[in-house]
Parts: sequence; C-alpha cells; structure tokens
Amino acid sequence: MPSLLSPEEWQALVLSVKVGLVATLVSLPFAVGMAVLLARHAFPGKQIVNGLVYLPLVLPPVVTGYLLLLTFGRHGPVGALLERTFGIVFIFRWTGAALASAVMGFPLMVRAIRLAVEAVDPRLEQAASTLGASRGWVFLTVTLPLILPGILAGAILGFARALSEFGATITFVSNIPGQTQTLPLAIYSFLQVPGGDAAALRLVVISIVLAMAALIASEVLGARVARRIAGR
Amino acid sequence: MTLTVALRHAFPGFTLDVAFEAPPGLTVLFGRSGSGKTTVVNAVAGLLRPQAGRVTVGPRVLCDTAARIWLPPHRRRMGYVFQEARLFPHLTVRQNLTYGRRFAPRGAAGAPFDAVIDMLGIAALLDRPPAALSGGEKSRVAIGRALLSAPELLLMDEPLAALDEARKDEILPYLERLRDETRVPILYVSHSVAEVARLATTVVLLQAGRVARIGPAAEVLADPAAAHAIGLREAGAVITARLIGQEDDGLSVLETSAGRLYLPRVDAARGTPLRVRIHAQDVILSRAAPVGLSALNVLPGVVEAVRLGEGPGALVQMRSGGDLILARLTRRSVQALGLAPGVECHAIVKTVSVGRGDIGGV
Repeated sequence: MPSLLSPEEWQALVLSVKVGLVATLVSLPFAVGMAVLLARHAFPGKQIVNGLVYLPLVLPPVVTGYLLLLTFGRHGPVGALLERTFGIVFIFRWTGAALASAVMGFPLMVRAIRLAVEAVDPRLEQAASTLGASRGWVFLTVTLPLILPGILAGAILGFARALSEFGATITFVSNIPGQTQTLPLAIYSFLQVPGGDAAALRLVVISIVLAMAALIASEVLGARVARRIAGR
Repeated sequence: MTLTVALRHAFPGFTLDVAFEAPPGLTVLFGRSGSGKTTVVNAVAGLLRPQAGRVTVGPRVLCDTAARIWLPPHRRRMGYVFQEARLFPHLTVRQNLTYGRRFAPRGAAGAPFDAVIDMLGIAALLDRPPAALSGGEKSRVAIGRALLSAPELLLMDEPLAALDEARKDEILPYLERLRDETRVPILYVSHSVAEVARLATTVVLLQAGRVARIGPAAEVLADPAAAHAIGLREAGAVITARLIGQEDDGLSVLETSAGRLYLPRVDAARGTPLRVRIHAQDVILSRAAPVGLSALNVLPGVVEAVRLGEGPGALVQMRSGGDLILARLTRRSVQALGLAPGVECHAIVKTVSVGRGDIGGV
C-alpha cells in the first residue's frame, strides 16, 4: 500500500482510522448508557435530552464545529477546565478531530443501540430479577448479550460516520496535515491544488471501500440481532 | 413455611383488597380473568409495589408498607414460573437452569440439579437452545429453572395455560410430585377447575379483587355457595381414594371412605392414593338404595346442605364417609325427594363420567 499512496495520503488514511477508532471506542459506553436511558426510563426533560443527542444529525456540521470551538477551545469553559486539570487539549490536535467525529457519530450509535434495547423483551429482564439477579447483573447477563449485535452495528455506523466527518472537524480543529487532516479533509486539500486530482481520486476510492464495508457489516450484524432475540 | 398475604392496591376502575394465609403445600389462586390473580402474584414477587400491604414467608418479611419494608424482587428468594416460559434465548437449556444458582446465597439448600432434571424429564434437552423446544418442554425447563434457584417460595402463573391437553397431562404429574416432594409453599394461579381439583391443597377463590372463599380444596370445591363462582358446569367435589385392584374388563377399583368406586382404567400401582373429581352435574341422587341400575357406583351418605338456585337448578352437598360430594339437580327433584340437611340418600355416579383428567395423585 505505501507504494500506491504518497506519504501524505498514507498519513491521512492512518489518521482517519485512528481518529475513527478512538472516537468510536471512547463514545461507545456513553452511547450504550444513553440508549438504555432513552429506551427504558421515563424522566423529566427526556424530550430535551433526546433532542440534544440527535441535534448533530440535523444541525449544519459547521454550526456543530463552531459550538465545539466555543465550548472546547482554549478559552471555552470546558476546554479551559480540561487543559488546567488533565492537560487535555483539543484545539488543532487529532484529539479534537476525534471529539468532533464522536459528537457527529453519537446520534447514529445511540439510535442503533436503542433499537436493539427496545427489541429486548422486558419480561426476560423481569424473569432474571425473580431468579435473584440485581439490576446490574440483569443488564450484564441478559440485556447486554441480547443487544451486543446492536452495539456492534452502532459502533460500525459511528466509525463510518467518523471517517466521513468534514464540516465540524475543519471548523473546530482546522486542516493540519498529520494532526487533523483526515481523509475527507485531505481530498478537499488535494482538490485545491493543481494536479491533485489523481491523489484525490485514490482517496475517494479508499473512502468508498471503507464506507461500503462498514455498511455491509452493519447490515449483517443488524440481521443477527433480530435472529438472536427471536432465539434462533 | 406459611405464606401470608395482605394487599390493597387501587387501579383505575379496579381495587384489589385481599388477605389470606397459604399453608404449606400448593395454594391455588382461583378466579375468572380480571379477578386479580396475577396482580396478587406480582405483588408477592415484588414486580408490583402495592399501595398498602404486608407479605411474609415464614419469619421473613418481604414487604410491609406500614414498616416501610420493601425487598426488591431479586432479594425475595422466590421462583416465579410465568405464563409464558420466558427462557433466556441466548442461553442453552443448561445455562437457563443454572442461571439462578449463582445468585442464591452460599449454602442455600437448593434442590440437587440431577434430581430436578430427573423429576422433570429434561435430561435430553440440556444442550439445546430454548428455541428448539416444544411448548411443554419449555414449561418444564421454566419450572426447573425456578426450582434450581433455591427458592423459599414458588409462584406459578398459569404455567399450563398456553399448552394443549396432551401437554397438560404430561406436566400435571410433575406438578403433583413437586407439591408432594418440596417443602416450599407454592402459590399457583389458575382458572381451570381441573387443575384446582388435581393440584390444590388450599384454594383461594378470588372475585373482583376480593377473597370470596378460602379453605382446603375438598371443602371449597364441594361448597354449594362457591359453585357459582367456580362455574356451575365445572363445579364438582374431589374425593380421596386408594387404588385397590384392576379388573379383567378394564376397570379399576378404588376404595373410598364411603365404599368402592369402579372407574375407567387408572394406570397406577395398587395402593396408590388418588384424588377423583366428580362433576356435580354427573351425580344422581336417590333416597332408596337403587336396584337394577346400570351405574356401577352408588355411595351412601347424608345431605349436609342444599342451595336452591335462582333458576330451576339446585346444588346439594352430601357427606359420604369422610368425603363431600356435590350434586347439581333441579329444584323440582329436591322437592320431590324431600332433600334437606340430615336426610339419608345415595349418590349415583356413572363410571364413564369420570375422565382421565379427573383423576390425579394425592
């Protein structure tokens, strides 16, 4: 592969995968928690929480990126706090690209996992509690195994979304090769310079292959969740 | 151990207000749908939090709203067999069966695995997924799963309701053995008189959220006053008997406290105690000892109670030896025969009116 791609292109691909993996893995537990919360619990302000989760799906990505900049930038309330206490900096770093990707992929992950949670028969969880399992054990031994394919499908969707993230990333952390220049940003950059078409096209093909693979994997796993819950 | 239940809970349009005590053995909560049976069981299980109430099993208090005691379901040490088996689809039969075991307290005297597997006849199913089981097999696994969690109380909500007659016949003997071989109290929801007649030690008759009648099964089933709630066509007493012989013509001879009963072939060993349900509408009463009659069973006795219906019907309770028999007659016959408490008469029961499902173990 390295011979097929220039070092710059290769760097963008590796960075994209790294950003996608970190964004997905770090946000996955939160997505599972949010999905269970939204699927199984009634609480005041649920509609607002629901709306906030899905907001990045409908907002222009540039708006999301700008809001991230305001919140997590050096002088943003959260960004300043994180830098002071943990030394974590998002702005102009690959961690910022991962944060932007995580925020953009979160609604898709929550949605896939929430559907899986809603497909679990609560009467099975009740049965587990009558057999002596506390809430935590019920979740670990009944709910989690039954929604596992849904979680995997959600993770793949989130990962694919991270690979395609553009607007929020460029607004939030700019377009810095080796730091925040993921595949879509690299394609954009190549298209801005004369003679960059060939490189852009190569990256386009790679993007299509990655996205298709993720979608197919998601479909296959989605079918498995249905089978598993039907007990076949 | 005895289970005591006192509950009050108001739903929109329905108020549950019950109090009863279930002695060891199998207590059937009996009543029409909507009478509150499942609600009671769910409150005992902790799946419903009653507005007021107290539930105890032996010395343990599961719920006492006055004392603000509330044990969540997983700390109640019960086995609950639901109407649908509710087996975990992602686990094998064996994993389903042992699921409750890991949550039982260390040293809890649970039933031994092999004994339960044997009793329920599910040894061949252990490595299968639940989806590969028939309805009857699922029910048996669900019963086994509840038993193996080392419960101090067994709750069963119409465990046979989803099954056809053949499957019911397959499982009823297991439930009889369960009642006789385990010491945990069993609270069993049913709207089938056949199940009550075969299984119940105690019957709690529920009507519109209240206890209409409670007592030993033989008494409640032979009570003319309860017959209406049970259903007149279904009403009938249960008498205890012992198998004493098999005749060459295919009949079995049973001994009761009042005399011999000839019934269609019962497959059991000589000496086996049995309970026999005699439908009230299949009983004929006669003042004089009948002669020249095709019916083989004539049990002498004394009328205990007469209850005239609003229509043409009447119910007569007769004591015959140590057992009670219920007969459904017309008011006209009651008058013509002069039936009243204390009057001697004979109950005539056709052999073929007693079906296989009417005979069960004691």
